[in-house]
Amino acid sequence: MDIKEYKKYAENRSKRTSSLKNCVLAFIGGGIICVIGQVLFNLYSIFTIEEHAKLLTSASLIFLAGLFTGIGWFDVLAKIFGGGTLVPITGFANAIAAAAIDNKKEGFIAGVGAKMFIIAGSVIVYGVSFSILYGVAYYFYLLLI
Amino acid sequence: MLIDYIKVFIVGGLFCVIAQLLIDKTKLTPARILVGYVCAGVILGALGIYKPIVEFAKAGATVPLTGFGYLLAEGVKEQIEMNGLIGALTGGLIATSGGIAAAIFFGLLWSVIFKSKPLK
Repeated sequence: MDIKEYKKYAENRSKRTSSLKNCVLAFIGGGIICVIGQVLFNLYSIFTIEEHAKLLTSASLIFLAGLFTGIGWFDVLAKIFGGGTLVPITGFANAIAAAAIDNKKEGFIAGVGAKMFIIAGSVIVYGVSFSILYGVAYYFYLLLI
Repeated sequence: MLIDYIKVFIVGGLFCVIAQLLIDKTKLTPARILVGYVCAGVILGALGIYKPIVEFAKAGATVPLTGFGYLLAEGVKEQIEMNGLIGALTGGLIATSGGIAAAIFFGLLWSVIFKSKPLK
């Protein structure tokens, strides 16, 4: 193996290990966030019905993710855990809070209000549209059976 | 009790590993991955595949954004069964209204309190 080959081999190896490391960190970070969600849900379940406890859990995670975004901790955690902070509802909340805070300089109407959903808007547009298509299909399915 | 938390951890973690692999191995932007997760959640919910995952892993399946898609699908299904075709329009947002309203209001709140930090 000459130097060139070795360099390539080493690069490949390090790429693979860094990807593996990213995955382990994403697994741990995402797992912890979901466990926090479950702990909150169990706590809220003591005081209220299941449906409300679920909503309070989501609202709490959205609240915390936004707070962490404002303080500047979310970016630090996102750099470490990658997909682990992106995929849970915290990633959605971070996209909204970060867009709202960053566009404050353009004012509350043209900045915060208009640009809050600059990333998260897509999630709602396509999520809701898919659910409507499903609803129409499900309606005709019920008619047929 | 502990076994429940382990299930939550593992399933929630796996959803995030899939996203990490998409980040590392493809050129998908985080925004596209989020949209993909929600749409996947709607489809898996519609096909009846996601419900067993929620029953098994609880918050491990509801906290990831696929859970948001699942909630949209479940809401539509429920409203269609109650009110007919109009439910296709109302169901999704009825089921997710609390979360969306919270995200909007808290987003506004944080923008009042915090200033954006200059990029380094």
